[in-house]
Amino acid sequence: MPSPADRTVLAVRGLKKSFLDVQAVAGVDLDVSAGECFGLLGPNGAGKTTTIEICEGLNTADEGEVEVLGLHWKRDAAALRERLGIQLQETQLADKLTVLETLELFRSFFRQGPAAADVMRLVALEDKQTARVRTLSGGQKQRLALACALVGDPELLFLDEPTTGLDPQARRQLWDLIDEFKRAGRTIVLTTHYMEEAERLCERVAIMDHGRVIARGTPRELIASIGVEHVIEWSTEGTAPDLAAISRLPGVRDVRVGNGAVLMQVTHLHEAVPALLAELARQGLALTELRTRSATLEDVFVALTGRHSRDD
Amino acid sequence: MTERRWRTSALAQLTLLRYREFVREPEALFWALVFPVILTTGLGIAFRNQPDQIEHVAAVTAPLASALTGDPLLAVQTMTPEAADQALRRGAVVLVVASAPDGGVSYRYDDTNPDARVARTRVDRVVQRAAGRVDPVPVTDDRIREAGSRYIDFLVPGLVGMGIMGNAIWGLGFAIVDARRRHLMKRIVATPMRPRDYLLSFLIWRLLLLVFEVTIPIGFGVFVFGVPMRGSLLEFTLLCILGSLSFSALGLLIASRARTIEAVSGIMNLVMMPMWILSGVFFSAQRFPDAVQPFIRALPLTALNDALRANMLQAVGLTGLVPEVVVLGLYVVGCFGLAMRLFRWQ
Repeated sequence: MPSPADRTVLAVRGLKKSFLDVQAVAGVDLDVSAGECFGLLGPNGAGKTTTIEICEGLNTADEGEVEVLGLHWKRDAAALRERLGIQLQETQLADKLTVLETLELFRSFFRQGPAAADVMRLVALEDKQTARVRTLSGGQKQRLALACALVGDPELLFLDEPTTGLDPQARRQLWDLIDEFKRAGRTIVLTTHYMEEAERLCERVAIMDHGRVIARGTPRELIASIGVEHVIEWSTEGTAPDLAAISRLPGVRDVRVGNGAVLMQVTHLHEAVPALLAELARQGLALTELRTRSATLEDVFVALTGRHSRDD
Repeated sequence: MTERRWRTSALAQLTLLRYREFVREPEALFWALVFPVILTTGLGIAFRNQPDQIEHVAAVTAPLASALTGDPLLAVQTMTPEAADQALRRGAVVLVVASAPDGGVSYRYDDTNPDARVARTRVDRVVQRAAGRVDPVPVTDDRIREAGSRYIDFLVPGLVGMGIMGNAIWGLGFAIVDARRRHLMKRIVATPMRPRDYLLSFLIWRLLLLVFEVTIPIGFGVFVFGVPMRGSLLEFTLLCILGSLSFSALGLLIASRARTIEAVSGIMNLVMMPMWILSGVFFSAQRFPDAVQPFIRALPLTALNDALRANMLQAVGLTGLVPEVVVLGLYVVGCFGLAMRLFRWQ
């Protein structure tokens, strides 16, 4: 008997899908083990939602194999639906139902699972029990959608962009909730275009761009793989700095201009910062802003594609 | 714990969803239940069968006017020729009586207007009798006014049929397309729910609403206007159910692929508009030319209206309504089958 941690619950091989003449998914392989939180991340339009919807049996692949909990959509759809929890991007639940009515409706679709009222408490919506869905805030609606995914006591939970459009506080609330599911030993596959969300929640991630997986591993491994430990962001006033000279400073991997500031990827802060200050003094420029931070998955994305994952 | 079992069945919960979405939408309640009563009342008053109606006519000379005032069914006004022509154009009078140069009388009127033709006959009778004409054959009038042959008797079954059509097509069309547009349908399909239950919940809810949709206008017609219910009530109920099923199937077909409310509204109007006009709701379908009668007969609302009228007014049994029942049955089977093949769940 393999231990639960080694059991593969989702296996995707050579997945391809195109819509008209757009290749949405261009050959994707994924493996998700029981008990882990796996993140599919990338910018909008990278093919994450198409990939996850094929895994959820809501879309069909042009080519490739998908095995979920050892079963196949073609043969075992009814059995699979009982064992999966699904949250879709952009679902608007029935406006006129109350929170509890919505959960009772979804609960009635599953053969077994916790009581609707228990799931409602789990997502901390008991104060809103009799409130109509229409009156809920964005974060409350997202928590209700999450609760609808939990009423069947799923073995595998698919969350498509669970925090998109939420304010930072609602997002943190949802992260705490997902943390609780992880502690309860559930397997989660989530998509997100927020790199910090993947770093916070996922044990392993696959970064997608243009329908392909361009990198995979733990967030730590991916950040280490670009050979960059730190990022320095700075800006000056007056004339533009000579960036060519700056990129020749010791330990500097990359220099680019973005969002009105200069972003430098460096290996060692204690060498790069003094060298940068000396160089700017030599060019006769005064700093208006200087920040340093550890490298993130966003920097991995930038290093791999030369673009930011988000336009904002 | 039968109550609990009932509460946790998917079909019951989906039907409850229909119920809740309906009663929490006051406009839907109004259009489905109150509007038919208002419409029946309005039309019943407008088209109530009156004993002979008084016709308004204009006379251009005083002697002509005084000759005509003897008839109680004519309202005569004396006017200048210009004022009389204007009154005719406005519809204030339907006939202008003037002296002709040859010493006779001239009538100015629109011969396609039935009221004007009646007015002409009456005026002419008065004018000829005043000049000394004696009718050679004595006549007596034996007047009958029987419930069942009045306009309101014709109208109520037609309004019931139209209500069954509108409620079924609008009810299904909007609810399905709205759920699809909001991705709610896709979300529900992502659960183990059986699609059959989803569609069945619409039919159950339609049949529950049908009780009100039919009994309100029928009760109103029977108790306020004395509309007769001469046929078998059981057969009447079966005809209503069959009608509702056929329009539900049609509504399902209309909503099977549309993604937006605008698109489905357009198709619904396109489908219903010909039936409002052709299927004998407000006036008999027989008035249309023979060439289009086969097409009119094939419309489900024509079949339903004819069957309801035959049941209510002439007490015709189902055995005498085979063509109508077959037409409705074909719509149930054909539209439902086609809708199942075309239906877009996402």
